[in-house]
Amino acid sequence: MAELDTSGGGKGGKKVRSKKQSTRVDLTAMVDLAFLLITFFILTTTLQKPKAMDLTMPDKQEDQKKVELDVAESRTMTILIGKDNKVEWYIGQPAKPIAGPTVDSFGKNGLRKTLLEKSAEVKRTQGKDMIVIVKPSSKSTYENVVSVMDELNIVGNQIRAIQDITQDEIGLLQRDGLY
Amino acid sequence: MPRVKVPRKSTAIDMTAMCDVAFLLLTFFILSAKPKTQDPITAIVPAAASEVALPENDFAAIIVGQGKVFYNIEGQDLRMETLKAMGEKYGITFTPEQITSFANTESFGVPVKQLPQFLNIPVAERGDVRQTGIPVDTTDNNELFHWVRETRKADIALHNAVLTVAIKGDSKEEYPKIAEIIKTLQKQEVNKFSLITSLRKVQK
Repeated sequence: MAELDTSGGGKGGKKVRSKKQSTRVDLTAMVDLAFLLITFFILTTTLQKPKAMDLTMPDKQEDQKKVELDVAESRTMTILIGKDNKVEWYIGQPAKPIAGPTVDSFGKNGLRKTLLEKSAEVKRTQGKDMIVIVKPSSKSTYENVVSVMDELNIVGNQIRAIQDITQDEIGLLQRDGLY
Repeated sequence: MPRVKVPRKSTAIDMTAMCDVAFLLLTFFILSAKPKTQDPITAIVPAAASEVALPENDFAAIIVGQGKVFYNIEGQDLRMETLKAMGEKYGITFTPEQITSFANTESFGVPVKQLPQFLNIPVAERGDVRQTGIPVDTTDNNELFHWVRETRKADIALHNAVLTVAIKGDSKEEYPKIAEIIKTLQKQEVNKFSLITSLRKVQK
């Protein structure tokens, strides 16, 4: 579909000229095709790259000399993850906890509030950061574990570890109906 | 009376500039495109506020969902090298076709003994195959342990880089399965790894 020259031939000009062909090509179809392909590539490209959360576990080699730090139990908070998206936390030893054990939920009014309050309290009374030990029970989901680690990231806790749950702590969860 | 004829304007618009832009964008998208990877299982990753992006190279992902474990190595050369090493370890000889096929396989979840069979199936038909997952248990000698180990070795040999191991777990997966994988990684002193998450805004 070459474009027609409709702008009139003008007057005069008696000489018969060979009609000049327009060099313009209709690009509509080409543009259509190009946009179709663009749409295809936009849709197939992964727009949002997956994000990652780094997780560092304590070294677990048996043959190495165990480095055990004595930490004050008053600044150690243990978070037990039970079923139905619930957690239970305590500070100190499970048998004679200094604070808790308290059942808590996720979210900004649940675990995050507790973490912020308690870490501020520990910082104030002892001048050191709070240590958090996360113990997921076998009834917890992967999402719960990631959520707890995420809350710890949000509140800026630096010292934390994931550990295996003990029988006493399972008992604690059972008592509160979280296992 | 002669009627005054209004010269008719052409309705055609100059498409050249539009065409230029369209093709420029097209080129950009083609070059930056990395097709969506289709995992054999759908793992809905949990959301977290972490904004660390995953590395593009020297990276392997362990995909966990419905109690099954799948493995994905990034990069074709790394895949081929790992497969050869695994073949030696388990006494399986892979044909060149199978190795090429493996280099183009995104993620897989079959025991290594069934791998040659699996690789003989054309890629298009693999969706119908039920994959049983890579065997993982608490012993020292499970297959996932060796896959990760051989990938790490191959990465050092090929790129002189440290492999990043990532776990892509389904949010509803029970924790013991993840714990099993973490233990497997810790046995080979991989104490730092990434958990793949989707981005969530922090609720204020």
